[in-house]
Amino acid sequence: MIEVKNVKYIYNEGADDEKQALGGVSFSVADGEFVALVGHNGSGKSTLAKLFNGLALPKEGEVLINGMSTADKKKLFDIRKTVGVVFQNPDNQMVASIIEDDVAFGPENIGLPSAEINERVQWALEAVGMEEHRKGTPFRLSGGQKQRLAIAGVLAIKPQIMVLDESTAMLDPVGRDEVMKVIMRLNREEKMTVVMITHFMEEAALADRIIVLNGGLVAGEGKKEIFRNRELIESAGLELPLAARIADALRSRGLSLDENVTLPEELVNALCR
Amino acid sequence: MKDVSFGQYYPAESALHRLDPRIKLLAVILYIVGIFFIRKFAGFALIALFLLVAILVSRVPFFKVLKSVRAVLFLVLFTVIMSVLFYSTKTEEPLWQWRFIKIYEQGLINAARMGLRLIFLVLGPSLLTLTTTPVELTDGLESLLKPLAMIKLPVHELAIIMSIALRLIPTLMEETEKIMNAQKARCASFDTGNIFKRAKALLPILIPLFVSSFRRADELADAMDSRCYRGAKGRTRMKVLKLRFRDFVAAFIMLALFAAILFLRYNWFGWSFLTVLI
Repeated sequence: MIEVKNVKYIYNEGADDEKQALGGVSFSVADGEFVALVGHNGSGKSTLAKLFNGLALPKEGEVLINGMSTADKKKLFDIRKTVGVVFQNPDNQMVASIIEDDVAFGPENIGLPSAEINERVQWALEAVGMEEHRKGTPFRLSGGQKQRLAIAGVLAIKPQIMVLDESTAMLDPVGRDEVMKVIMRLNREEKMTVVMITHFMEEAALADRIIVLNGGLVAGEGKKEIFRNRELIESAGLELPLAARIADALRSRGLSLDENVTLPEELVNALCR
Repeated sequence: MKDVSFGQYYPAESALHRLDPRIKLLAVILYIVGIFFIRKFAGFALIALFLLVAILVSRVPFFKVLKSVRAVLFLVLFTVIMSVLFYSTKTEEPLWQWRFIKIYEQGLINAARMGLRLIFLVLGPSLLTLTTTPVELTDGLESLLKPLAMIKLPVHELAIIMSIALRLIPTLMEETEKIMNAQKARCASFDTGNIFKRAKALLPILIPLFVSSFRRADELADAMDSRCYRGAKGRTRMKVLKLRFRDFVAAFIMLALFAAILFLRYNWFGWSFLTVLI
């Protein structure tokens, strides 16, 4: 469980370009939940990713992971075993030139015996559907495959919580789809808590709960019904999911459609009723 | 693009490929030391025979191994010619003489020795890199140097630096290509003008490359921290190097070769047939 309590964070404090990234943010994420953190660039959402596992510490307030504060140096290792973070650029997350060695990096760091590392590498690669590349090099992979490899590298540590910091932003639609399927499966089948930081509303619409960030503050949160609050979404500099926009456009042409349409399947169902 | 991080590794299934990298590293060191003990041409013949068998066992094509000599061919020729021309002795009549240039028989023999020594020095290590991936080499080096960690040498850190460098070479090459293309799109030219102009044209490539490398390093460090990295402390390995029977056999063969080389040189038992050999 993640508890973010009144967190403030300031970049380049004291310098001319001082900038407040977070100005008192509070929310919590329950075990097994799939939460999407959305906001436009500069809304402070990527700062949060680094706060979740203590890569950065809040200026004020605190971040608790299963009750452990990220500010507690003695707990940092345990926190990082609990919270796995996947970043945006897969190329900058790989440490080894062979896929299995890269996935093994995390379990090696937590000091597991060789045989167990081997099992975990196999399990993690299977979980992201990359087991046939085990002995290969990462350089020939597509963007989506590389990012799935990065996810496998974090998975091998078996964290309870997986944080994805715009992990689909650099991928093409096919790659994005591959990664989203893996994440959804981990959440549904492995009961992994997922926090997804994104600016793709189509992805956010798949989450159990959506938290909208704007100007370093929580502007709103809720289930995907939050997309009915058009004002909130627009003032946060975001765009509704495509299906919702199509539904809006159809509605303005006089078609009576359900207000809740946000996912493509829902749009299809509403139209084909 | 070619996989630079694999170096000149030639993938094949062979006994030499499967050998423990530590044994291979030690074998190459012994081989190099051995070469310096060789004086008689019989010794060179012995090492040539050994190398021939090793190459056949490794299933690496001959030309791949011989290619490494090409890189030092100039050095070899230069050394051979110089040592022929500048050899001088009072006890021997020159074979051939033209003004101040005198060529002696012993000079030719010495030069041949020198040339052979250089060529064999290149061939052995080249067979090592052809049959061992850089990753295996790094692991082997780390394992061999481990005792030095006791005198505070950062062995683990050096090994991880090596492996990250290997991993980043292709990424940085890709990046360089991207930046060059971006500059070319803005009419930069890298292959015209004199050497100074060309060097100057490289500056707009190096600076962005430098900046982005630092950003990359930053992000990689964050990713490593996130994956519970805290140096060598409490770290285990998935692939644990383990000596097998074949490694002991290889070590034995190597030691036997070394002993044979020493024997040829020093002839401890004073066997007369050895003294006949040149």
